[in-house]
Amino acid sequence: MNTTAIDAAPPAPSDYYSLTEAPPRNGTLLGFWIYLMSDCFIFASLFACYAVLGTEYAGGPTGADVLDLPGLALNTALLLVSSVVFGFAMLEMARQRKGAMLGWLAVAGLLAAAFVSLEVHEFLTMIADGAGPGRSAFLSSFFTLVATHGLHVTLGILWLIVLMVQTLKFGLNTDNVRRLRCLSMFWHFLDLVWVGVFSYVYLVGVLR
Amino acid sequence: MSQPTSSGHATPPGNHDGMLDDPMHEHQGSLRGYLTGFVLAAILTVIPFWLVMGHVIANKQVLILVILALAIVQIFVHIVYFLHLDTRSESGWNMMAFIFTAVLVIIVLGASIWVMYNENVNMMPMSPQYQQHPISHQPTGNQPPQ
Repeated sequence: MNTTAIDAAPPAPSDYYSLTEAPPRNGTLLGFWIYLMSDCFIFASLFACYAVLGTEYAGGPTGADVLDLPGLALNTALLLVSSVVFGFAMLEMARQRKGAMLGWLAVAGLLAAAFVSLEVHEFLTMIADGAGPGRSAFLSSFFTLVATHGLHVTLGILWLIVLMVQTLKFGLNTDNVRRLRCLSMFWHFLDLVWVGVFSYVYLVGVLR
Repeated sequence: MSQPTSSGHATPPGNHDGMLDDPMHEHQGSLRGYLTGFVLAAILTVIPFWLVMGHVIANKQVLILVILALAIVQIFVHIVYFLHLDTRSESGWNMMAFIFTAVLVIIVLGASIWVMYNENVNMMPMSPQYQQHPISHQPTGNQPPQ
């Protein structure tokens, strides 16, 4: 019984292997996903720094003194809505509606720009009040983590502008669709990181 | 015994090919999906803000744990509804990379906090000889007692 089954088997092992290696178009999205996972480590180490140093105030202001919760609520809402709006743009892209997609992308970009400018304003206010990154270990780790996230969002906006120009010039071709899907992952990923930032850095930060 | 395995050999390449043919229309999400994710994320954001700004829970430890638990739930909402991560995307490699990252991130965060907390506690000048002169490690503070 067993031997007959083995005799029947020989063609099967060849089915394990596909002749082509990773497909190039899928490969980009998987590679970009792995980049995002590596970005997770950057943020994880900065979160770990903040977790360790977040209560070392060096006699300076504490989280409750400098962190502005109403401003944070507005920032969080801006980034969340921006993320969902980017999703709407991706839905329009799937329907090949270029104009509607560019419209949603512009809205997402403007919301993210508002987020970045509010954050820069918050930073400048803090520095003017003597709570700059050099004041204490708490503020150093705070600025490093939040500014790294803000820098990511800023670069995301630049990338968005480049892709909008590309799409206007060359249309929704395969390359642009692939690039936009990478940017979409990047955009949602930054919103995901922000969940950690507002929960742990701000909301827990004002309690410690 | 060998019958199921040989049939198991045949299926994965079939799935593979289906995925290769249609890379552009894979896990796109839907309007309903994005709106569900948005509503869930908004609820999971409003609750911790309300808890902190409204001073709802007096016990800080409990409050911090609740905030962190809500954040973890919201991160999964984002992963499922916005990033469309599932076991089928990219033949499962997305999920594999994600699980690997999640495990390492938990180790990085957990171990850093654990090690540094213990170091902090054990390095505190708690022995009596240090407690007499709490600032004895400062060069200027060393002089007056002698």
